[in-house]
Amino acid sequence: MNRIDAKMQALREAGRKGFVAFLTAGDPNIDQSEADIRAALDHGVDILELGVPFSDPTADGPVIQAASLRALEGGMTLPKVLDLVRRLRKDYDQPIVLFGYVNLFFRYGYEQLARDAADAGVDGILVVDLPYEESGEMADPLRENGLHRIPLAAPTTSQARLRMILSDAGGFVYYIMVTGVTGARQFVRADLGERLTAVRSVTNLPIAVGFGVSSGEQATTVATSADAVVVGSALITAAREGRLTECVQEIRSGIDKAVL
Amino acid sequence: MSMSDSGHFGIFGGRYVAETLMPILADIEQAYAEASQDPAFQQAFTQLLETYVGRPSPLFFAQRLTEAWGGAKIYLKREDLNHTGAHKINNTLGQALLAKRMGRRKLMAETGAGQHGVATATAAALFGMECRVYMGAEDIIRQAPNVKRMELLGAEICSVESGTRTLKDAMSEALRAWVAEVEDTFYVIGSAAGPHPYPSMVRDFQRMVGDESRRQYMAISGGKLPDAVLACVGGGSNAAGMFAAFEKDTDVELIGVEAAGYGVGTGKHAASIVGGQVGILHGSKSYVLQSAEGQIQNAHSVSAGLDYPGVGPEHAHWAQTGRVAYHAVTDEEALDAFFSLTRLEGIIPALESSHALAEAQKLAKEYGSEAAFVINLSGRGDKDMETVLQIMKEKHESD
Repeated sequence: MNRIDAKMQALREAGRKGFVAFLTAGDPNIDQSEADIRAALDHGVDILELGVPFSDPTADGPVIQAASLRALEGGMTLPKVLDLVRRLRKDYDQPIVLFGYVNLFFRYGYEQLARDAADAGVDGILVVDLPYEESGEMADPLRENGLHRIPLAAPTTSQARLRMILSDAGGFVYYIMVTGVTGARQFVRADLGERLTAVRSVTNLPIAVGFGVSSGEQATTVATSADAVVVGSALITAAREGRLTECVQEIRSGIDKAVL
Repeated sequence: MSMSDSGHFGIFGGRYVAETLMPILADIEQAYAEASQDPAFQQAFTQLLETYVGRPSPLFFAQRLTEAWGGAKIYLKREDLNHTGAHKINNTLGQALLAKRMGRRKLMAETGAGQHGVATATAAALFGMECRVYMGAEDIIRQAPNVKRMELLGAEICSVESGTRTLKDAMSEALRAWVAEVEDTFYVIGSAAGPHPYPSMVRDFQRMVGDESRRQYMAISGGKLPDAVLACVGGGSNAAGMFAAFEKDTDVELIGVEAAGYGVGTGKHAASIVGGQVGILHGSKSYVLQSAEGQIQNAHSVSAGLDYPGVGPEHAHWAQTGRVAYHAVTDEEALDAFFSLTRLEGIIPALESSHALAEAQKLAKEYGSEAAFVINLSGRGDKDMETVLQIMKEKHESD
């Protein structure tokens, strides 16, 4: 079974909500990034979303833009991201999702990527700027190599469109909470529960909610209606300020409060 | 027309954007399809082009330039005479009309040379809409007069400090901003680039440039067509409008001229077709300047409007099928042509358009005096005074 499915099933059976942590691979350099990721995985992260740094991250806010730039300056490349996954796999069994922009994957070659990623221990791929309509060429190689294509759903996505884009997706649905780029926000949208009910009406996949979650309190609110909470920019900021573990623990306990 | 329903030109084009933008792109596609079938919309557009832009723009025979270059007759399509000084206004009026039709009162745009920003700000003023323009901090310096014009017109300028602080970064930032304002804002893209339906829509809103040129040349020549049509290509809007009208005239050579900067071999250039590889940038698949791994590389051109590491997907398709030949000329060659036109004809061209002139100069002798070139003089050079004077000063000092 794909590690994402196994993890989601285990969480459900335990009556818990998931913590999906996003960190940019190679930020600020490859060694420190690996140490940060290990610290996160050691302190309660259920699923790792590993950002593949790209020169022009058009869906990301300032924090992840800066992280991508640092990672690129630190020499990170897609092959080195896969090497990092290989090293992590020796010690961790949490699912790993590659999160990136299509051009790097296109240049690498979708078939080669699917083979190499599966071989390295990746479980799913989320491509921010590869909507359902353009995902055909990548879908088959991913499926053949046992990798999930993680779909994005947004507040602007209609019911009819949800039905279409979730039709052949796997793993979980990544629901974008805000209309905007990644980055910390102070609020949780009031109609989140309603929105997720609408998503659930067309799919049985678990739903992870992200974009904007930055505190334990927000995590609690989001986890009340979602199956998992994604936190990225807040972790990156914390990591650079030397308080990553505390931040991971705060989010973890925030998520766990939702089911108490 | 080579476009399928999903907005692909052969293997190029498409719609590579975050899910949040997919619904609005579908809405724009549908609204545009309806508008293009609606005589009232077309009439409103045509009337604005005639009474506000000043169309049709003339086709001018540049006799002294022709004599100086010693070969093909040089005809200039005078888009520099349009209101606001470039072809950009054609497209922004079309898109603003569409925004109005869709009930949107806020426009946003990216700009490099500032011509598209000015044209969008102008359309916003005319329609009583709000306007925000994203512009690289470097371009804000290079194109200062246009920044002042936009401000006068009531637009808000957002200085983009990321990356190389030029057009690429302005477009990335505009896409980010649009995601946050997608509920009420219409993004007016100025290049024949970006996600579907923009490349087709921008081409269509610029097509009158080619249609008029074709008609005007035939009237002058007693029904003949020119031997070659030349236009500069950054993202490729003025060239797309020009080439679309001549696409089926297979005897007419179509030549797109990219910016070679310091030379394509130096790596400091903006020639995405001549010197790039297939990739995906800003919503569509096309030729892109990038590293072997796929990181987008910085473009360089003396002309801010061509200083972009990508190109519209239809140009990529035309290059692949061979219908259009793409060449590249250096900063220096473009500057020479800039001075030639200024001194010989009393027309100060935009540095962008000077690239098309420079290529014509190279080819004029080879084609001979029986041949005729139609060149899209896509804009005027007032905005480039600072850049050109600076270069003259540096040259003078180093001499």
